[in-house]
Amino acid sequence: MASEANKVLTKPIVDNNPIALQVLGICSALAVTSSMANALVMTLAVVFVTAFSNLFISIIRNQIPSSVRIIVQMAIIASLVIVVDQVLKAFSYALSKELAVFVGLIITNCIVMGRAEAFAMKEKPGVSFLDGIGNGLGYGFILMTVAFFRELLGFGTLFGVEILPLIQNGGWYQANGLLVLPFSSFFVIGLIIWAIRQWKPEQVEKD
Amino acid sequence: MSANKETFGKTVGFVLAVCVVCALLVSFAAVQLKPLQTANKLLDKQTKILEAANLLSATDGSAKSIVATFEKYVEAKMVDLDSGEFIEGNPDLFDERRNSRDLAKSDKPQNDIAGINRRSHDAVVYLVRNDNNQVETVVLPIVGSGLWDLMHGYVGLEADLNTVKNVIYSDHKETPGLGAEVLNPKWIALWPGKKIYDQAGEVKARLVKGGAKAGDIHGVDALSGATLTSNGVTNTLQFWFGEEGYKPFIAKFRAQGVK
Repeated sequence: MASEANKVLTKPIVDNNPIALQVLGICSALAVTSSMANALVMTLAVVFVTAFSNLFISIIRNQIPSSVRIIVQMAIIASLVIVVDQVLKAFSYALSKELAVFVGLIITNCIVMGRAEAFAMKEKPGVSFLDGIGNGLGYGFILMTVAFFRELLGFGTLFGVEILPLIQNGGWYQANGLLVLPFSSFFVIGLIIWAIRQWKPEQVEKD
Repeated sequence: MSANKETFGKTVGFVLAVCVVCALLVSFAAVQLKPLQTANKLLDKQTKILEAANLLSATDGSAKSIVATFEKYVEAKMVDLDSGEFIEGNPDLFDERRNSRDLAKSDKPQNDIAGINRRSHDAVVYLVRNDNNQVETVVLPIVGSGLWDLMHGYVGLEADLNTVKNVIYSDHKETPGLGAEVLNPKWIALWPGKKIYDQAGEVKARLVKGGAKAGDIHGVDALSGATLTSNGVTNTLQFWFGEEGYKPFIAKFRAQGVK
């Protein structure tokens, strides 16, 4: 049991990563990865939402009429997202302004719905909760990796701390403007997927 | 999957129950966190105003010192935009966004280049004094359409009401990396010293695509990759420093000075 819980928790990080393998939640991975701080807050928010939506949905999974199950899942997820948004506004106003619409858009993040429908509707609450955390962390792992490259090469900083002094500020590093733009995440995510599949060839789809 | 949970009554009942629980959760969070959120909003506004007046460096960055500095140097006053006169009223209760939706408190501008749809009759201006109690900076709130939505910000002017101290945007939804570069310190640093009006009193401050020429006292480099945001900023300045914006107030202020 303990090892199974462990598996549920850690599997989504590399073996069954929601972004790299399931290819869910790409949209927000493009938008919030221009800085490590944003990516970290987004990760925490998504971990919280997937974990608790999985938990609550799993608790009531035997009561949910199947004709309205998607709507019920949606209501629970939306409520959790609003709570996250409110908490952010209360305790970290600057970040909430920067993430603005993307916190609200966690509602439409396919990872949350996907895990609710594919896992929490069938499994017990405890395991579902761990699955939510695991998938949130898997999402966060990619987010942080993308943000690492984008912030380091695009702005020369990490968490806002200068690492590569920019030419404009009297240093030597010419910032890569491409990586500041959201679509550059496609390249970074693509490279990450390639790297993971080199390491774990069983993830490669058969033609 | 038992059959009896699929009846119409059970389904409706279940959905209602879920809705009630969710609604309770959301409203509890909203009500409980409201005071903190309001305090954050006010602090954010005061920070931006101090930034526009170049006073942020005089604080140590903590909430307490920002509030103290704001209260020591900054005086908020209500202005009637059409006449340019100061009017009575509590600036703390003034809400530009609410007023500009209220038909009794706002008008459609004749020449709505800033794309704001309705303009509040009144505005709040912030007079920032120095230690000798002289007005050193006047901070004027501005609002206008960017690419995606309205952009709210503050312009800090020196006491001649022509020379820009800072242009600070406080609230916008522009594209990160492109239009959102209005918050880039390097772009903000282009503003100090620029003149809003030319000799004839025309609003000349604007963003120049391809980069302002050296020695251009009105123009600032446009944001690269963000033409519509840049146009929005130019139009916002044109509107708010024009006849339907602060021009009457600025004329009065210059003529008689403000105590």
